[in-house]
Amino acid sequence: MRKVWETPGGIHPAENKAQSVTRPIGYLPLPERLWVALNQHAGPAAKPLVAVGDDVLKGQIIARSEGDRGTALHAPSSGRVVAIAPRAIAHPSGLPAECIEILCDGRDQWIDLYPIENYRNTEPSALLDLLAERGVAGLGGAGFPTAIKLATDRPTELLLVNATECEPYITADDSLLRERADQLLQGIDIASYLLGDPAERIIGIEDNKPEAIAALRAALAARSDQLPAVELAIFPTKYPSGGEKQLIQIVTGQELPSGALPAQLGIVCQNVGTLYALKRAVVDGEPLISRITTVTGKACTINGNYETLIGTPLTDLLTHSQLDPNRLERLIMGGPMMGIALPDSDLPIVKTSNCFIAADNTEVAPEQPAQPCIRCGLCAEACPATLLPQQLFWHAQSQQHDKLEAHNLFDCIECGACSYVCPSNIPLVQYFRAGKGEIRQQRAEKAKSDFARERFEFRQQRLEQQERDKQAKREARKLAAQQAKEAQSEASAPADSAAALIAAAQVRAAARTASPEQQREKLTRAIASSEARLQRANEKVTEAQQSGCDDATLQPLLAAQASAQQKLTQAEAKLAELSADPGKGPSPAPTQADSQSPEIDAASRAIAKARATAAAREALSPVEKIAADLAALNKRVEKLRDKLAACEEAEQRELLASSLAKLEAKQASLQEQQRALNNGI
Amino acid sequence: MVFKPVTSPHRHAALSTAKVMQWVVAALIPGIAVLTWQFGWGTLINIVIATATALICEAAIVALRRRSVRFYLQDFSAVVTAFLLAVALPPLAPWWLVVVASASAIVVAKQSYGGLGYNPFNPAMVGYVVVLISFPLEMSSWLTPVALLPTELGHAGVVEALAVVTGSGGIDAWSGATPLDLFKHGLNGQLVSDFYANTTLFSQAAFAGVGWEWVNLAFLAGGAVLLAKGIFTWHAPLAMLSSLAVMAIVFWDGGSSNSGGSVWLHLFSGATMLGAFFIITDPVSSAVSVRGRLIFGALIGVLIYLIRVWGNYPDGVAFAVLLGNFAAPFIDNYTLPRSYGHQRAKRATELPNE
Repeated sequence: MRKVWETPGGIHPAENKAQSVTRPIGYLPLPERLWVALNQHAGPAAKPLVAVGDDVLKGQIIARSEGDRGTALHAPSSGRVVAIAPRAIAHPSGLPAECIEILCDGRDQWIDLYPIENYRNTEPSALLDLLAERGVAGLGGAGFPTAIKLATDRPTELLLVNATECEPYITADDSLLRERADQLLQGIDIASYLLGDPAERIIGIEDNKPEAIAALRAALAARSDQLPAVELAIFPTKYPSGGEKQLIQIVTGQELPSGALPAQLGIVCQNVGTLYALKRAVVDGEPLISRITTVTGKACTINGNYETLIGTPLTDLLTHSQLDPNRLERLIMGGPMMGIALPDSDLPIVKTSNCFIAADNTEVAPEQPAQPCIRCGLCAEACPATLLPQQLFWHAQSQQHDKLEAHNLFDCIECGACSYVCPSNIPLVQYFRAGKGEIRQQRAEKAKSDFARERFEFRQQRLEQQERDKQAKREARKLAAQQAKEAQSEASAPADSAAALIAAAQVRAAARTASPEQQREKLTRAIASSEARLQRANEKVTEAQQSGCDDATLQPLLAAQASAQQKLTQAEAKLAELSADPGKGPSPAPTQADSQSPEIDAASRAIAKARATAAAREALSPVEKIAADLAALNKRVEKLRDKLAACEEAEQRELLASSLAKLEAKQASLQEQQRALNNGI
Repeated sequence: MVFKPVTSPHRHAALSTAKVMQWVVAALIPGIAVLTWQFGWGTLINIVIATATALICEAAIVALRRRSVRFYLQDFSAVVTAFLLAVALPPLAPWWLVVVASASAIVVAKQSYGGLGYNPFNPAMVGYVVVLISFPLEMSSWLTPVALLPTELGHAGVVEALAVVTGSGGIDAWSGATPLDLFKHGLNGQLVSDFYANTTLFSQAAFAGVGWEWVNLAFLAGGAVLLAKGIFTWHAPLAMLSSLAVMAIVFWDGGSSNSGGSVWLHLFSGATMLGAFFIITDPVSSAVSVRGRLIFGALIGVLIYLIRVWGNYPDGVAFAVLLGNFAAPFIDNYTLPRSYGHQRAKRATELPNE
């Protein structure tokens, strides 16, 4: 027998489990409609992958959560998607959630399944992706995606299987163990493989389940010796031993440090239902579309466990269990200690619905007003986390959040043992939940305001910096203006004429001009590049002339050659000028090569270009002139023709057509002139 | 079918505050029975007057606060306070003494702090101390146990007792000092053994004073029942009795004329057992954690011995308890339990981010 430790505190409520395990796990008839809620798992809600009107098969994926290995949802039966709309689900907030409604066609037809018999041949990461794809989530309570939990990057020492089921009334895990213990062991093996074969595998179970223990022992005995060993740890029944923290303490004697995850101790906990679903997903290839649910309570004539499809309406379950509505006092999803009281029965099953209690008025405590706390300390005796619930209550009532945190409010597992024993009927757990909610909200608001404050301070800094920069620029400009004024006082032009403005700009440019050496360097470079350009143009012209092409291509090349030549002569002239008179700055009408004022640059460039083309034209003979004109005109005609062809509007076509006609006329006349000249030559 | 939202848990243990209080009253019955046997009807008359006063005062205050009188009276706490006070006061005390004690216990010590659960001091002890200091003569007028009375006299009948209580009769025929009072003021240089031999109250006793030893044993029995029922934990009573015994043993000089008294005297006379099992176990005014209760009980035990031996009063339980109540928040600050997942216990005043 494996050694077990004892947890502090705890209570022993009446178990009430015998009434729901008298018969084997049953199956319900196929419901008419199924509602699959999109936010069944811990984490963000899933996004639907089907649309209204789609036909789906049983096991077909219908929604997936975003994020790495987010879990998926599948159609529990074949049919048609008739709606994707919000509806009430079993959540304590009472808020509605998006659900995919499937109208079942009765055929219950499966998609093609791909079972993996020898999973050890598959890479663990591929298997984990498969698990996420097949929707395996924690069925013990929170619905945490199993693929993420098993993808731990720390080495695992212990796989702890939670077969405790410590809450009264619930027998879902018990019946699973009694009937399907061998499949559970297969699931344990798969999980063990995914965790890198930890040193130990232990099943923790309470001693109030002798039949389940016997079934487990039989399955373990029948197990092959080749497979890694699985131990059984049986411990005395106490609520709440099934909580993760308590189970770790019972089985290993270690305490999980506050705020830490079991993975940090090298322990991974999994519920038996989850491991069974793991086996079905890998070995049978079935996605998670059903779970074992207990229906119990005196208001139902038949109490038992059923393998229910996810999305089955609760009313179907209750009708099948012969519910007597007149006796029904409260409907609870979960156990009596931590379960949610449901507002009505028109709700769909989700992956975490392990039990429904249809309680009559003898089974639930009538609501009584809370009396003052007499500080008896029974709550502290019952607390499994060794907190002081009465102090927490004191501070929660007065909303002293710092004191609440000082008394370790966030270590409370909300098991309800303190409220159970309180003689004054104080709803302690509800105060703690409210306190936790208030503190979380405060933290979120503080984070937001901290962030806003940082942004504001940064903005203040940025604005100040801008101001400083502007100030510096103003100073610089003032200085320049002063210098310009001094320089201008020698000139005679009035301040407000255009010529004077240009002169002033030139003077500014002069003030920023480079030294003679730099200018000479620049001019030398300009000369070198112009020479290179001229050479290229010359080569092109000679090539064209030698290959005997027509005038249309020749004229532009000649024009380019001429302009390159002109540029070169200009640069050389400049250099000569500079060498002759180094003290003088550039001439008042600066050319492209050395002007530094951008406005003057552009204007002077345009002027220079115009001059250059004009000079080039003069350099050309009449024949060349006409050829160049004709070449340009041809180009324009081409462009206009393309435009006309592309245009579809009637009005614009007319305009384009008319301008095209004009151009063509001009073209014709030029061609006439050219012919005349050529003939004349 | 629509249901109101109710929070978990949905089942409840059978214990309720009213039941706890009723059990305390039930456990007092053996002690009351022995008191009545030994000292006559006085105790029962005290109980009636005290209970009536307590309930009327509480109802009046609750009505002033515009709350439901029925709801606040049905938790039985006023009844328990009245019973404890009545048992602690001398039998055949004047009716107005009982009324003053009861009224100050309920109004001043309990309701003015906010009612049940909010009082820092034990209400019964506050009421007792108020009358002890205000009316010292009446508070030191105790009775002789029945075994020591002249056989033909017996204790006063009901009518006679009522006459005494309402002031139209005297108690001289039955008056006698308590063992502690006798020991404190009567030793006068004798050795303890001689003193015991010369005083009938001790010479005819089994171990600690005629009559009073049975009273204390009866309260011990009642306390044991409450312990077994789980109404309170063993820590505070055991700590108090142990520390009182240790003090008595440590300072026992073999029975000289200066001695403070034997262990048996201290444990089984005066209000020791009543105090251990009914007074210091009042959960509202005691320490919160079990370690705190150990320290609380021990402190009270030490103080009882100090006041009895070196103080002015023959019995120091009431003052010791009140001093312990003063110290309870301080004790709580340093005795929080170590919670799951933490390395060491915190101080109650230790806020996060410190």
